Amino acid sequence: MTAYKLVVVSAGLSKPSSTRLLADRLADATVRRLALEGREVDVTVVELRDLAVEIANNFVTGFPGAALREAIEAVTAADGLIAVTPIFTASYSGLFKSFFDVVDNDALTGKPVLIAATGGTPRHSLALEHAVRPLFGYLRAVVLPTAVYAATDDWGAAGDGLTDGLPRRIDRAAGELAALLSGRGPAAPAVPERVVPFAQQLAALRV
Amino acid sequence: MQFGIFSVGDVTTDPTTGRTPSEHERIKAMVAIARKAEEVGLDVFATGEHHNPPFVPSSPTTMLGYIAAQTDRIILSTSTTLITTNDPVKIAEDFAMLQHLAEGRVDVMMGRGNTGPVYPWFGQDIRQGIPLAVENYALLHQLWREEVVDWQGRFRTPLQGFTATPRPLDDVPPFVWHGSIRSPEIAEQAAYYGDGFFANNIFWPKEHFRKLVNLYRERYAHYGHGTPEQAVVGLGGQVFMRKNSQDAVREFRPYFDNAPVYGHGPSLEEFTEQTPLTVGSPQEVIEKTLTFRETFGDYQRQLFLMDHAGLPLKTVLEQLDLLGEEVVPVLREEFAKGRPAQVPDGPTHAALVAARDAKAGETADEQKVEASK
Repeated sequence: MTAYKLVVVSAGLSKPSSTRLLADRLADATVRRLALEGREVDVTVVELRDLAVEIANNFVTGFPGAALREAIEAVTAADGLIAVTPIFTASYSGLFKSFFDVVDNDALTGKPVLIAATGGTPRHSLALEHAVRPLFGYLRAVVLPTAVYAATDDWGAAGDGLTDGLPRRIDRAAGELAALLSGRGPAAPAVPERVVPFAQQLAALRV
Repeated sequence: MQFGIFSVGDVTTDPTTGRTPSEHERIKAMVAIARKAEEVGLDVFATGEHHNPPFVPSSPTTMLGYIAAQTDRIILSTSTTLITTNDPVKIAEDFAMLQHLAEGRVDVMMGRGNTGPVYPWFGQDIRQGIPLAVENYALLHQLWREEVVDWQGRFRTPLQGFTATPRPLDDVPPFVWHGSIRSPEIAEQAAYYGDGFFANNIFWPKEHFRKLVNLYRERYAHYGHGTPEQAVVGLGGQVFMRKNSQDAVREFRPYFDNAPVYGHGPSLEEFTEQTPLTVGSPQEVIEKTLTFRETFGDYQRQLFLMDHAGLPLKTVLEQLDLLGEEVVPVLREEFAKGRPAQVPDGPTHAALVAARDAKAGETADEQKVEASK
């Protein structure tokens, strides 16, 4: 059976970054879940930091450079997406938004997307619900119910009586993504775009 | 194969001097550039159409009519004429009139425009861009071919018993190109009518345009106008030359870096690698332009963008000297090599009239044969 194409978009800026760390843990957990069902996964990581200049250039010129084009094609062809951003100024980072601005409006339609974010303090966690989820809602993606927020403190904390710890939240989200993917099977290769025959275009106008 | 230039008609500050030409200067410069294009042996001058500053050419047939009076050979064209927001009736009339005045040295390139507000300014809805292009052109096509037209469509007042005047010169309408940078629907439209397809490939990588041109060629054959190789293809190009490559780069860089369309983005080096832009010696321009044939097949018209980004008129005229004297003669020779006999030349009025007469002759012969049976 063909492998699932899982694409991980990380908008972390430092190297190493906690955003990338969270992205990797979500990807690993998803791969593990699917492996239990005997499903293979090809994981492609898109580090937006490496594409920052090309993304800016795309805004100016209207077309993507080679590396950015490759990233856009990977995201467009993915069976599932894990999208992770640091929270800056009460929302996703500008780089994260800019990347999805240069992806086609309909590239994510119907695609399962696991959203996650990192931040310095737990008090920004709802930015995932107020900013990141509507972004993917607009793109008509299927956004999973569990969004994972990791504050700095989460990396050294266990859960308490009221909240699951980070590992369990990661596992829950990965489980949701794996379940959605395994219900669908990997996508068939894209069919080349077909043009609407001209007679049909004319007929639609009744000219 | 035809070679020419196309102008956006932008009024842009020269970044090296800080000087901005007046609209009047820019308009007269466009005329001087068109005359120079003829003088150096180019085949085509095309002007854009814009309805907002900093662009001057809002009224292309007025400008082209004036140029027609001052030239003898060069074909006058557009890049593009807004088929979406102009009334197709007025396009039919304006270009037929121009055709008469210019003795047939006229063709026209249809485009949808790239400035959103032009649609509402002219009472149209940008979301209807493609349907407008389809319907308006269907009407224009009919107006040029049928003496009396009854028409009803979605976007304009119906016509009953309408005749567009003057009739096209020799009853042969101007050749039409359809320009597009992204829409397969437009390639399909060009193919359906057997018109030309112009891929303005100057700002984007070639892979994208190869798909569009291939689609057009394939559909051209599908609609029975000829083989895919006989489809009529035009391409853009953008060059800046000096005898010495380094001089060209040094001189053009400030214009590139501040250009309204792509300035402050990728470097000159990145952009020349990714797009048809060539900055260098005439030999480098020749080499790069010859690669277009490898990508798109034998084609009919090559237009270069030469006068933009604030380049002074004097520089543009020097560029045209280089283009006409050192580049185009070599390109003509090289493109002719290995060009299959069935691949058509660039379209001219004389050739269209001849083709029409030949076809009428065939039909008459067939009728004679029928009658003698």
